[in-house]
Amino acid sequence: MQIWEWIKQPWPWYVAGPLIGLTVPLLLIMGNKSFGVSSSLRHICAACIPANIPFFKYNWRKETWNLFFVAGILVGAIIATNWLSTGEPVAVNPKLVHDLQQYKIHNYSSIVPVDLFNWPSLFTVRGFILMIGGGFLVGFGTRYAGGCTSGHAIMGLSNLQWPSLVATCCFMIGGFITANLILPVVLNM
Amino acid sequence: METKNIITKPSIIKETNTDFEVRSLDTICINESNIQHPWWYSIKYGVAGLLFGILLVKAEVISWFRIQEMFRLQSFHMYGVIGTAVVTGIISVWLLKKFKVKTIYGEPIELHPKQFNKGQVYGGLLFGAGWALTGACPGPLYALIGTGATVIIATLLAAIAGTWVYGLLREKLPH
Repeated sequence: MQIWEWIKQPWPWYVAGPLIGLTVPLLLIMGNKSFGVSSSLRHICAACIPANIPFFKYNWRKETWNLFFVAGILVGAIIATNWLSTGEPVAVNPKLVHDLQQYKIHNYSSIVPVDLFNWPSLFTVRGFILMIGGGFLVGFGTRYAGGCTSGHAIMGLSNLQWPSLVATCCFMIGGFITANLILPVVLNM
Repeated sequence: METKNIITKPSIIKETNTDFEVRSLDTICINESNIQHPWWYSIKYGVAGLLFGILLVKAEVISWFRIQEMFRLQSFHMYGVIGTAVVTGIISVWLLKKFKVKTIYGEPIELHPKQFNKGQVYGGLLFGAGWALTGACPGPLYALIGTGATVIIATLLAAIAGTWVYGLLREKLPH
């Protein structure tokens, strides 16, 4: 029973990190699949809205595995949230709590800040920039870069690819600039 | 007869390679296997995704708060997760190569080297910005919907639109 209680707590980095890393050999041994998630967005484009664009003209059925993989992520998250969690609020560094107070962000009950990410706020300038603008940049940027955190930072670095190191550093630079300089402006809107 | 062979052979090779070339454009994550399986063989990747999804939620790496802590240097958590994941990945790939491990279907494991292009810089910076705003990279987008944050469906659709616009403008962008 004690183990069960422990599983329901958030997992420390030294447990979760190595397990995430093991996804790399798991997918390779299962059938020569290089770990990554952002390509699924491209396969969805290729399958649903190719619009005669050369970049989407390929046999996406050969990458069906990736669509199963992302569907699995969604189901895994349902299981983890409903049956493997305590439902306690996210424990956040008091400094961040202090920083976010000025933007009227008080709700820590969910893994996403409910004050920012909800359906009504989708139709406000702030919500639109965060959810739609941010989402667009995630889709555009990952494909332009040729991978995301899983493809470049985990799979690419695991295979010691220096272009992936360049990409990972750029992810971090873009994130640091945006979180510290741009996000405060957006949150004030 | 001989000239005919010389002409036809390369064209066949070219044709079989084309789809792989297009598929592997601007991407790391790819199916390197040459074996064709019926679709239901892919269910096992769904199970792998399920385990990965549980990890993403339990490690809280899908939380907007954790991403903000990371970019404000207020917590070691994200660095610990990504760092240990990379080290585990490096050791795993090294072992797979050293012992020439094969897939469960007996195929040799293949990993292609990646070419550098400027997209990794420009795209990387843009994605970093999106990551800081949404608090999510593509994997977490799917996971967040699973946690019940249904509004993230809109963010996922925006990400699909972003990928589509990239495909549309690809030839005009610096690489």
